[in-house]
Amino acid sequence: MLRKNTTPGKLIIVEGIDGSGKSTQIGLLYKWLQTQGYSVYFSEWNSSDLVKSTTKRAKKRRYFTPTTFSILLCTDFADRWENQILPLLKAGAIVLADRYAFTAFGRDVARGVDREWVRNLYSFAMQPDIALFFRVPLEVTIQRITSTRSKIKYYEAGMDLNLSESRIDSFKLFQRRILSEYNNMVDEFDFTVIDGTLSVQVQQRLVRKIVKRELEGWKGLAIPEYNLSPFKQNKINHEKEVP
Amino acid sequence: MSKPIFYGAGFPYREIGDLPGKLIVLEGSDGVGRSTQIKLLRHWLEDEGYAVSDTGLRRSEMTQRGLEDARKGHTLSRITMSLFYATDFADRLENQIIPALQAGFIVLSDRYFYSIMARDIIRGADPDWAHKIYGFALKPDLILYLKADVTHLVSRLIHGRGLNYWEAGMDIHPLYNLYDSFVEYQSELILLFNQLSKDYGFITIDAGRPVKQVFPDLQSQIMGLLEDFQSTLDEDE
Repeated sequence: MLRKNTTPGKLIIVEGIDGSGKSTQIGLLYKWLQTQGYSVYFSEWNSSDLVKSTTKRAKKRRYFTPTTFSILLCTDFADRWENQILPLLKAGAIVLADRYAFTAFGRDVARGVDREWVRNLYSFAMQPDIALFFRVPLEVTIQRITSTRSKIKYYEAGMDLNLSESRIDSFKLFQRRILSEYNNMVDEFDFTVIDGTLSVQVQQRLVRKIVKRELEGWKGLAIPEYNLSPFKQNKINHEKEVP
Repeated sequence: MSKPIFYGAGFPYREIGDLPGKLIVLEGSDGVGRSTQIKLLRHWLEDEGYAVSDTGLRRSEMTQRGLEDARKGHTLSRITMSLFYATDFADRLENQIIPALQAGFIVLSDRYFYSIMARDIIRGADPDWAHKIYGFALKPDLILYLKADVTHLVSRLIHGRGLNYWEAGMDIHPLYNLYDSFVEYQSELILLFNQLSKDYGFITIDAGRPVKQVFPDLQSQIMGLLEDFQSTLDEDE
């Protein structure tokens, strides 16, 4: 269990295995919320500047064990949580996150770390107001990934687990484990399940309906008048303080 | 050590097996003389014919550069800092400490996760959260806590490497001067260490004395541990 969101902001996240179409959906949601006049910001998994160089090096040199992989990604999340997500929520903004703690609960447990241990690791984070889980059968996502990407990366394929010599077989086995973890989280973390095999437009219509219901009667952070262009990209602006 | 004992779940994805080595931890405040004593201990133990390996915070090949950069910029927020240090610790435990123990080394660890936890808790971390993170940590064979009061630490540091930003907890008291911040921060840490000492079974050594007087006390604690170590080695012959 994650603690409740007690801030005036709204946290909306998407989860799903690789190729489930969640990034497409949250991208469309983001643009829609902007045109609706909301203060909306977007945070991406594994994107902290502070941690990036370490993750990159460790991946390249294959330094990771399941435990260090798990803690380092949580470090990345913590930096974004403390310096972007939480301050924005406190200010009353809508924060959209492409992947959240649940990605770690899926992948890290699939890698073999203890379920309770990784849940404790992320216990500083809050339960999202909406957690959308895009459920797609494994055969479909595998097909989507293998047809659009030339090569699946080492850790992405779970090659560190020695499941198979073949990268594609390893990827399938790894994704199957992750999907099974996700399915177990539906009740635990109150996921709203979206059928990811539906067309993009139908899915987006469902997503907007769910979000609209959540935002009914809610007044978030106002946008200064001069900032009201619907075409402006709201990049998270975080100035690092230098004492 | 033989059978590994963990504080929590350990490393469920990996069979560790027997660890014939010994894990000895030296804990204590900044400037208390841990690294001096570790040098002396290493020299002594190697003279006695033991294979020794030593390790300390921020020495992981994986996180060293990133962590140093982050510390330089003073941009580390509390939870981020806790976890960055935890990554460093986990990497060294899995890739240095455990392999050395498997090979029968005596591992001298300059601090362990207790120091990291203490610094996190002073910065407001939930103690239960911090403790559970280290559920993968091995229980050491011996935890020696070098204890000295703040006056002693100040004198050693001023005449040594000087006071620094993090050791003075300047991130917590940015409006203080370095000296006042150091005194307040280190005093709080000592109080917390007294508590951790009970929780985790530290053996307290009075480190307010000259190096030459502290060393024999450490030696005798370690000799006690190595007696059984020696007898198991003899059985193998």
